[in-house]
Amino acid sequence: MVEHVIKLPDVGEGVAEAELVEWHVKVGDLVREDTILGAVMTDKATVEIPSPVEGEVVWLGAEVGNVVAVGSDLVRLKVAGDDKGSVARDASARAPAAGTVQPSVPAAPPVGDAVARVPLATALPSPSANRSAQAAPLRHFVRGGARPAGEKPLAAPAVRLRAREAGVDLRQVPGTGPAGRITHEDLDAFLAQGPSQAPTPGLQARTSVEDIKVVGLRRRVAEKMAIANARISHITYVEEVDVTALEELRATLNKQKRQDQPKLTLLPFLMRAMVRTIAEQPSLNALFDDEAGVVHQHAGVHIGIAAQTPAGLMVPVVKHAEARDLWGCAAEVTRLAEAAKAGTATRDELTGSTITITSLGALGGVVTTPIINHPEVAILGVNKIMVRPVWDGSAFIPRKMMNLSSSFDHRVVDGWDAALFVQRIKALLETPALIFIEG
Amino acid sequence: MKEISCKLLVIGAGPGGYTCAIRAGQLGIDTVVVEAKKPGGTCLNVGCIPSKALIHVAEEFEKVAQMTAGENPLGISARKPELDLSKTMAWKDGIVGRLNSGVSGLLKKAGVKVVEGWARFRDGKTAEVETELGLQVIRAEQIVIATGSEAVELPSLPFGGPVISSTEALALTEVPGKLVVVGAGYIGLELGTAFAKMGAAVTVVEAQARILPQYDAELTRPVAKRLRDLGIEVLTGAKAKGLASKGAALSVEAADGQAMTLAADKILVTVGRKPVTEGWGLGAIDLDMDGRFLRIDDNCRTSMRGIYAIGDVTGEPMLAHRATAQGEMVAEIIAGRKRAWDKVCIPAVCFTDPEIVTAGLSPEDAKAMGFEIKTGLCPFQANGRAMTLGKEAGFIRVVARADNHLLLGIQGVGAGIAELSAGFSLALEMGARLEDVAATIHAHPTQSEGLLEAALKALGHPIHI
Repeated sequence: MVEHVIKLPDVGEGVAEAELVEWHVKVGDLVREDTILGAVMTDKATVEIPSPVEGEVVWLGAEVGNVVAVGSDLVRLKVAGDDKGSVARDASARAPAAGTVQPSVPAAPPVGDAVARVPLATALPSPSANRSAQAAPLRHFVRGGARPAGEKPLAAPAVRLRAREAGVDLRQVPGTGPAGRITHEDLDAFLAQGPSQAPTPGLQARTSVEDIKVVGLRRRVAEKMAIANARISHITYVEEVDVTALEELRATLNKQKRQDQPKLTLLPFLMRAMVRTIAEQPSLNALFDDEAGVVHQHAGVHIGIAAQTPAGLMVPVVKHAEARDLWGCAAEVTRLAEAAKAGTATRDELTGSTITITSLGALGGVVTTPIINHPEVAILGVNKIMVRPVWDGSAFIPRKMMNLSSSFDHRVVDGWDAALFVQRIKALLETPALIFIEG
Repeated sequence: MKEISCKLLVIGAGPGGYTCAIRAGQLGIDTVVVEAKKPGGTCLNVGCIPSKALIHVAEEFEKVAQMTAGENPLGISARKPELDLSKTMAWKDGIVGRLNSGVSGLLKKAGVKVVEGWARFRDGKTAEVETELGLQVIRAEQIVIATGSEAVELPSLPFGGPVISSTEALALTEVPGKLVVVGAGYIGLELGTAFAKMGAAVTVVEAQARILPQYDAELTRPVAKRLRDLGIEVLTGAKAKGLASKGAALSVEAADGQAMTLAADKILVTVGRKPVTEGWGLGAIDLDMDGRFLRIDDNCRTSMRGIYAIGDVTGEPMLAHRATAQGEMVAEIIAGRKRAWDKVCIPAVCFTDPEIVTAGLSPEDAKAMGFEIKTGLCPFQANGRAMTLGKEAGFIRVVARADNHLLLGIQGVGAGIAELSAGFSLALEMGARLEDVAATIHAHPTQSEGLLEAALKALGHPIHI
């Protein structure tokens, strides 16, 4: 038997590392050629790693959520063959995996400005560090979980006495100690909360905490949102739009559409209105490289459509909306939405937007404060259409009203330009014929 | 006589009553305690203390007697010992006397007034005491009933003549030649064993199927074996029917229904204790009962406002240390502090040979309460210290929840194991888990290592067994 090492392959152009998001096998499993071993995720895509050989899994090189460098050992398999070289393999198995960073722990905890000088790599646990922690024999340990409902609280006599004197019913106090024992610190924490925390009689306070590892797409979203919120100075502008005419037009078009044409939603109208407006205000269709201090103003209008998928938030991109008519936009949105939901959207289809629309449809609410899809400079949020009474000068009349909640990067977009942009879109949507009239 | 008015009246100066009075006095409460006999109650005067003194003498005597047997494994030889039981009793009385005056001194120091006499309720706020000087009326805002318990008499064997209770047994000045003990509870076995060691021929008559029926069979097995070795005959399933041969024998119905007659110089009846609920005017205040006992809540309050009850009169387990803890708590409640009975365990010790200690739940109790349990048992045969004492009988056993390893009970049987009881109850009261005990260093060489080993056993990795 010999050992076969599977390294993390190059999963995409210029990708140096990938996050392990899934294992399909565990140590001891027998795998055939092409069995999917696991999946890694890069910035944009999830890539499955198949086994090139048949054998038994003897070692897994990372935990779900670890970032693994391309070329480092990912899986070791025991495969049939002669013993030559297996000793050397074994020896190398104990050495740190290639491509992973060894943590160099400073002798003393860094103080003050010394923190800045500690290389990032030492602050983040590397996959190999995680692995060695895993490899250490785990002592059997019984967790001190929360006390099940109805069980007598567990506390030392001194804690019971303090609670009694403070008028605290220990049944209401969560215990963090072993076997759910209530410690003096638990009592302190409970007392610090004050009496308002006392739950309704008959209802049991739940004190358990479930740890959910943020991995994969969720982690990408978290990182992107954090960057967007940290770097971009958002300004959000909300305006109401009378979409009565637009809705009539949409209904008419949907009624008359050909079999092969997609059903029209509001989105293609908005996209076309944006294309018209961007022609007048190209500075809104741009990417701001804040490190270089350059705004890349794009000629092509590539509209990202934020979409909820079973895997999480994704932003498929309708490329060159300026070159697509209403039906073309509608068809492309439908196609991309289905691909994203099915998980078949390609890396290309998920990148390259220059401006983004976010819409929650019926869940759209009255107002949202969208976060810009960094490094873009504008995002349009579509709120729910509601019939509202509108004063026409002599009477209240029922109109279909919809709010547009849009955010702009105030570093490069002034409030004046933002307002102009939204007002122009509003004008187009309220008189939809204007969207289509050339010149 | 001039009436006494006070904040707190305690009726009975046993372990519960005197502790309550002392603590109340410390807390500045104007307190009066009434006691008809000497302070200290059953425990100090005719219970725990004198019986342990007698048991100690019996053990020493037996030890020396063993050394006269010739082939002594310890290599000691001695002449045949003799016992002057009247001297023993004088020594015992000296200890009791010192403790009596000790309690009196503590009461005085705490500023508690002691009234000697028998108290009787007139109403919920007033008691009258028959003293040597006449009737003393005491009015109190709060009253604590601590009247204790007394030995149960068998209708077929009324006390008197050869039929004695533990009180008289502790005052015998001669070792009876033939002693029949009726009742194989802890009092009967403690005293029966002591007299057997002092030379009496002892027969124990027990109506139930085995000795110490309140303990599980595993715990009582070493005691049963030791009784056999001491030549004590134990008749289980047998009923005492009455005196025979003009008081020189006891007629017994054996387990198989046959009538037998046991010759006896003394017949010690130890068939349990009952709360003292008569003679102090319970009828005048009409308190709610809980069976034979006074009903109390977790503050030791009775059904009448301002009247508390503590100790044996309030229920099982009838143990001095339970009464003491209740007494202290009630004094603090009366002083306005927030207290409630929230003890995890009341340990119990049986001073048989070997001794038995129980704290918390037995395996059967725990299962009956619906717990899934783990148990671990360390026999003293695996304990070096027990070997060096020549006392390898017995074991320590732990009972813990299977899910989180919380200790539910600790029991043991073995020579001198009573002194380990504090560790048992501390572990339970602190909410220790098996891991806590297993990770605590237990000094070597001591019998206490048995607890560590039992915990390790329950965790599945004992070292010495």
